[in-house]
Amino acid sequence: MELTQEIRDKYQPVIGLEVHAQMLTKTKAYSNDINEYGAAPNTNVSAISLGHPGTLPRMNKQTINYAIKMGLAIGSEIAEYQSFDRKNYFYPDLPKGYQITQDITPICTGGEVVIKDAEGNEKGIRITRIHMEEDAGKSIHDIDPFNTLIDLNRAGVPLIEIVSEPDIATSQEAYDYLTEIRKLVRYLDICDGNMEEGSLRCDANISVMLKGAKEYGQRVEVKNMNSIRNVQRAIEHEIERHIIAIEKGEKIAQETRNYNALTNETTAMRSKEAANDYRFFPEPDLQPIRVTQDHIDKVKEGMPPLPNYLFKRYTNELKLSEYDAGILTDQKEIALYFEEVIKTTSNYKSAANWVMGDMKSYLNAQAIPVSEFQITPEQLGELVNLIDEGKVSHNLASQKIFPAMLENPGNPEKIAADNDWLQSNDGNEIEGFLDEVIAENPAEVERFKNGEKKLMGFLMGQLMKKSRGKADPKMATQLINKKLG
Amino acid sequence: MLNSFASVQEALDSGKSVSDILEHYLLEIEKNKHLNAFLEVFEESARASAKEVDEKRAAGNAGKLAGMVIGIKDNMAYKGHKVSSGSKILEGFESLYTATAVQRLIDEDAIIIGRLNCDEFAMGSSNENSAYGKVLNPNNEKTVPGGSSGGSSAAMAAGLCTATLGSDTGGSIRQPASFTGTVGFKPTYGRISRFGLLAYASSFDQIGTFTSNVEDATLLTSIMAGMDEYDSTLIQEPQKAYSIEAPKEKLKIAYIKDCFNSEGINPIVKAKSEAILEKLKAEGHEVAGVDFPYLDIMVPTYYVLTTAEASSNLSRYDGVHYGYRAQDAEGVEPTYKKSRAEGFGEEVKRRIMLGTFVLSQGYYDAYYTKAQKVRRLIQDKTKEIFKDYDFIISPTTPDVAFEFGANSADPITMYLQDIFTVQANLAGNPAISLPLSEDENGMPFGLHVMGASKDDENLLGFSAYLMNK
Repeated sequence: MELTQEIRDKYQPVIGLEVHAQMLTKTKAYSNDINEYGAAPNTNVSAISLGHPGTLPRMNKQTINYAIKMGLAIGSEIAEYQSFDRKNYFYPDLPKGYQITQDITPICTGGEVVIKDAEGNEKGIRITRIHMEEDAGKSIHDIDPFNTLIDLNRAGVPLIEIVSEPDIATSQEAYDYLTEIRKLVRYLDICDGNMEEGSLRCDANISVMLKGAKEYGQRVEVKNMNSIRNVQRAIEHEIERHIIAIEKGEKIAQETRNYNALTNETTAMRSKEAANDYRFFPEPDLQPIRVTQDHIDKVKEGMPPLPNYLFKRYTNELKLSEYDAGILTDQKEIALYFEEVIKTTSNYKSAANWVMGDMKSYLNAQAIPVSEFQITPEQLGELVNLIDEGKVSHNLASQKIFPAMLENPGNPEKIAADNDWLQSNDGNEIEGFLDEVIAENPAEVERFKNGEKKLMGFLMGQLMKKSRGKADPKMATQLINKKLG
Repeated sequence: MLNSFASVQEALDSGKSVSDILEHYLLEIEKNKHLNAFLEVFEESARASAKEVDEKRAAGNAGKLAGMVIGIKDNMAYKGHKVSSGSKILEGFESLYTATAVQRLIDEDAIIIGRLNCDEFAMGSSNENSAYGKVLNPNNEKTVPGGSSGGSSAAMAAGLCTATLGSDTGGSIRQPASFTGTVGFKPTYGRISRFGLLAYASSFDQIGTFTSNVEDATLLTSIMAGMDEYDSTLIQEPQKAYSIEAPKEKLKIAYIKDCFNSEGINPIVKAKSEAILEKLKAEGHEVAGVDFPYLDIMVPTYYVLTTAEASSNLSRYDGVHYGYRAQDAEGVEPTYKKSRAEGFGEEVKRRIMLGTFVLSQGYYDAYYTKAQKVRRLIQDKTKEIFKDYDFIISPTTPDVAFEFGANSADPITMYLQDIFTVQANLAGNPAISLPLSEDENGMPFGLHVMGASKDDENLLGFSAYLMNK
């Protein structure tokens, strides 16, 4: 059956997301094994992460601090008292036969992530909880045709799971929410946010109900989406599948479904009836921890400014457009660079243009990160000031000084002076150039005098050529008008 | 007989070397092979260590335990050596690291002579649950040496080592100590690192010692105890210095009235234990009977909680990563099922099933949560008694060592072996079994003394006083 807009509009999707983020800690959650992606299989392991007999978990305090950062960033309440629980299930890449997690006392509860809805209004997606847990290893099915291979490098890598309330209404909102989460974890430097490599993973809980209905529809969980775009596509597909089924009078089964990006379809993985009984119970090998307000305050002090805060500041205080503020705050490195630039100059708009324009084009063309950009924020600020002070034209700054600074970073005014690029505002010198122009172009001068004012551009061009671009354009215009007007 | 560190030191002083001492024990082990106390003798590594310690002694820089030869229960990790917890499922498994407690002994130049038989995964009271055969009680070879640390108690009683290590989850050190006439000490929970102890029930398990006297128990405990970054459940406060001092003042000693009146108690055990209480009273100490309303529900509480933890702790033995794997199983699930069905013994399977059940959805609150609440009541009541009293005394076991097979038909009767010892594990208190009595046939039985939580020092002091009187 064809799903018309009219039918679609009768229904309201209800979506909640569970996001797993691998923490960028140096070592694993409960051992001293190195936590890094891409090492040779089964090299970042020890008796503890292999779950060998007699081993016990050792809490990595860095994980706690990272989880607190995420909680603070979205306004969660941080639990003072936290215990750990075991989630029991058998799987070949789970060496202990259980996962250490937080079932009863998640480290963070509440808070919200703000996105824009379809009308462009701010919409808060409420967060149910964030808890800490450990990752399992990886089962690899496609290398050996006869055996499943297991890599336990990932076993014990710390994760936080961010669980949202079912506040997401469209696949676009899901996309925006995930983008915001990824931006936040990257700002906080707690996760690299790479969905393709699996350091950020998302499961979606989706149901559909008639608009205005009191009760939610049957919920389905969708897994295995390895990009934010695929999360959006999977949700879109699932919403349509639900609506069509409901329209046909079919029942939606309560189940977990697998998303296939190649076919853009979901297929049933397992029904809820066949689901594991995880037999959660308190982890007796770890003592509960207490997080003091002092500790939370200390973690807070070490946090960078967050994108929401910067966006508001740029639009409200610096009077930048929402578009500009959005681009500047999209990446933490860019935002922090810009923050430094505006310590040197107060022409925010010009500074923003330089960062978003010349600088970003250069970074993109060279495919280098901000950290490898040769020009310091202070130097870029000085360049903005140099233009504002009328010492160089914007064109000259962009075409000559900026490339020169990339070659050989330094104070832009000194570079301009060394290259004899500073604008001349010496009236006599400019008048001298103008006299030469008048003498060499009598016909054009005559036409200009007769009212053909568009020849101003030609005369200015000639004058600039003679001064090799250094003449102060304002002064030159005044002089031309005075002499020939 | 070299059955104490003092006798070893005497031999060393008379010119014997540590290697000589070791050879003595190796010979004794050989002579007593039929006891089946040792699952493996680490001859090679022990001889190499003895040689090293002798060199250190010659250089004058030997550790505090030079000459001490120790057997460890087969549930403690010792790098490069096999460890199986008495189970077929770990047959041939070699440890990659050494347990903290064992390492601390080695650091003081103790020699680890071998691993000792035990009930599979420390589950049992007779050592009849070992996959590697029963252990005979040297006092009467028709009887059990107790369990689960039966190899440790038998080896100590037969003089096969200077001391042995055991682990105690519900009485697994003290009950075999009682049956074999040795001193069995279980320190406060959290006193000695569990890192490297193959877990049965994490919130109950504690490493402890079998010795012939309290002095050796004190020395070994003082060396093994203390904070360890690898075990976050340890007591997070520096320990007091261990010293054995006879009590200076008159003591207040409690006994739980119902213990002495319980049904299964052997009249001789009752009479002789009461006689000791009378004697203490006569010496001017205050001795009083107290009520403890949870006696009947202690064992059930213990079994709900320990089996719950065990069902999870033993999940890692799945035939996938190490240890026993059923060869004819195909696919993941059949591998799990067959490997575990064939690798685990009956008692272990029974407890895994029990534990899985009490943690299951729908039963969790009725069993696990309720048992946790009862555990808290037991802890609170125990603490309350220790506000008024210094020690709680009872027999360690209701009877002397029983014959093989006597309790095998009914697991419940076997579980009741723990009735006097399990309180110390539920509450976490230190407790010791002292070989102070014998029955009419010369079979030993112990007196059980429990101390206040974290007060291992005074318990050991009082124990020495009782022993040396």
